[in-house]
Amino acid sequence: MTATATDPRTARLEASALTLGYTDTAVVRDLDLQVPHGKVTVIVGANACGKSTLLRGLARLLKPRSGSVLLDGEAIHRMPTKQVARTLGLLPQNPVAPEGVTVVDLVGRGRHPHHGAFGRWTSEDEQAVAEALALTDTLGLADRVVDELSGGQRQRVWIAMALAQGTDLLLLDEPTTYLDVAHQVEMLDLLAELNERRGTTIVMVLHDLNLSARYADHLVALHTGRIVAEGTPREVVTEDVVRTVFGLDNRVIDDPVSHTPLVVPVGRRHQLLQEDR
Amino acid sequence: MTQILDRRSATEPAAREAGDVVRRARRAPIRHHRRLVAGLVLAVVAAFAARVLLGDYTVTIPDFFRILGGEQIPGATYIVMESKLPRAVLAVLVGIAFGIGGAIFQTTLRNPLASPDIVGVSLGASAAAVSAVALAGWTGWSVSLAAVGGALAVALAVRSIAGDHGGFRLILAGIGLAAAMQSVIQYVFTRVDEWDVQLVLRWLTGSVNGVAWSTIGVLAAVLAVLLPATAWAARSLRVTELGDDTARGLGVGTGRTDLLMLLGTLLVAVGVAAAGPVAFVAFLAGPIARALNRGRTTLLAAGLVGAVIVLVGDYAGAYAFADLNLPVGVVTGAFGAPFLLWLLARGPLNGHRGRRAA
Repeated sequence: MTATATDPRTARLEASALTLGYTDTAVVRDLDLQVPHGKVTVIVGANACGKSTLLRGLARLLKPRSGSVLLDGEAIHRMPTKQVARTLGLLPQNPVAPEGVTVVDLVGRGRHPHHGAFGRWTSEDEQAVAEALALTDTLGLADRVVDELSGGQRQRVWIAMALAQGTDLLLLDEPTTYLDVAHQVEMLDLLAELNERRGTTIVMVLHDLNLSARYADHLVALHTGRIVAEGTPREVVTEDVVRTVFGLDNRVIDDPVSHTPLVVPVGRRHQLLQEDR
Repeated sequence: MTQILDRRSATEPAAREAGDVVRRARRAPIRHHRRLVAGLVLAVVAAFAARVLLGDYTVTIPDFFRILGGEQIPGATYIVMESKLPRAVLAVLVGIAFGIGGAIFQTTLRNPLASPDIVGVSLGASAAAVSAVALAGWTGWSVSLAAVGGALAVALAVRSIAGDHGGFRLILAGIGLAAAMQSVIQYVFTRVDEWDVQLVLRWLTGSVNGVAWSTIGVLAAVLAVLLPATAWAARSLRVTELGDDTARGLGVGTGRTDLLMLLGTLLVAVGVAAAGPVAFVAFLAGPIARALNRGRTTLLAAGLVGAVIVLVGDYAGAYAFADLNLPVGVVTGAFGAPFLLWLLARGPLNGHRGRRAA
């Protein structure tokens, strides 16, 4: 919350010659990425292209095989993890709330990085939690038990927890999974709002290319662990790039609502029908 | 976007009001937990009093304090100081150790089946302790050390066999090792010349009977160090129970979890060294405490529930059957088995995902 969009640096989080992988195979290869400061960056790609792995690497959950992730110019894996947690927040895919935990309790746990060895709950913590609940419209749920909420409510509560952490950077791994289309849009509106109101830099992995084009300031298309295209949605979402990344024949038209590119898949069945005509 | 912002700021309650909502919502679970702990403390005191004063030889409260003061009352002094009191004190200590140790395992491994008495850690401690006692003639501190060694060996073995997968693989590896440890204990008894049923039962299922004050003193001294350390380390449990990734995101590395598991293993091991692997106490205490705390994790309540279970189990084992003096482990084992079945019937075992039964 301290740094705002007026920060002269353009990237506080960057990957440099980053190679990531599990056991033997490299999933992300020799990748360079600068996360634009104060913007919404969305990483897209086909299944198993390494987009979640890249996000995990940026969030220091995976150690680089080679290369590095830099946070404010420092190698993130060599920084004390609690210090990182005061700058960079993370919402993993499908987080699980412990049984019986109330909304306010869960959101309060987001304050952990700000507590010392024998940290006491302060009025500052209380204010941060209240603000996070208000921003995510979950104040009315404060005393409810998290695992009794609906999917959309639960996801907003998890975002509230990440917000209570009070970080300038927020990384999210598919925050819209398991949500219906209305809740997906609601979730992304909320994140766009946070970016505008607080200047929070957001990096997220999304499945839906069209929603990504709508909400991203900066779009990163990944294919077999490498960046294929990077830039504004208009620059990235072209018929050629979509064909390379997803192996899908497609048309790109103008989204009548947001005027961002809208991908219309062709598919084998319709291709045949077209040829018949 | 501006439309949304306007709508939000118009309906957004004043910051002070929001703070009040947060404060109220935070208070309720804390208050409930405080009441629960107070109630459990009373239950421990009541069970302790019943164990010491009642039974086949009744002692009045004034007599009890006179005996504690050093007065010699023929018959009564011996029974209280050499049988009833040490049994009750030991029951409380091992109940707390097993209850908290078990709850640590269940919470950090996110599985109620992953308790030290099911995954072989308790039996590992017992196998090492019985070998040290029966084959090498060790006593006192060295028995505790042997138990700690056995418990750690099993814990590390289970972990390396199960790998990072946890869940059912860990449980299966643990059950296999538990069976192996049980056969080690049985083997030891074939190698010693003099043994009786009580001794075998003690190292196989646990008993608080006939334990010297010096052993109880060792246990109390070790717990005086381990329990505060656990209280300190357990603060990170609030974050680690959210899962590895979320915990890392909040700045808590996996080292904290390892430290807690180590403390849980030590608690169980020193309890076993003093009273044997009292069956299913570690397994039962955590889920019971959790259910009483509206599904939320609580190590403190788990320890107190453990103490109540061992006190009541020992009392029932000693007096429920007229001419039988059953060790506490037989009683807790008899209650643990149906509980295990209930837990299995209740649904998902890989985690705390299951909704609480109404």
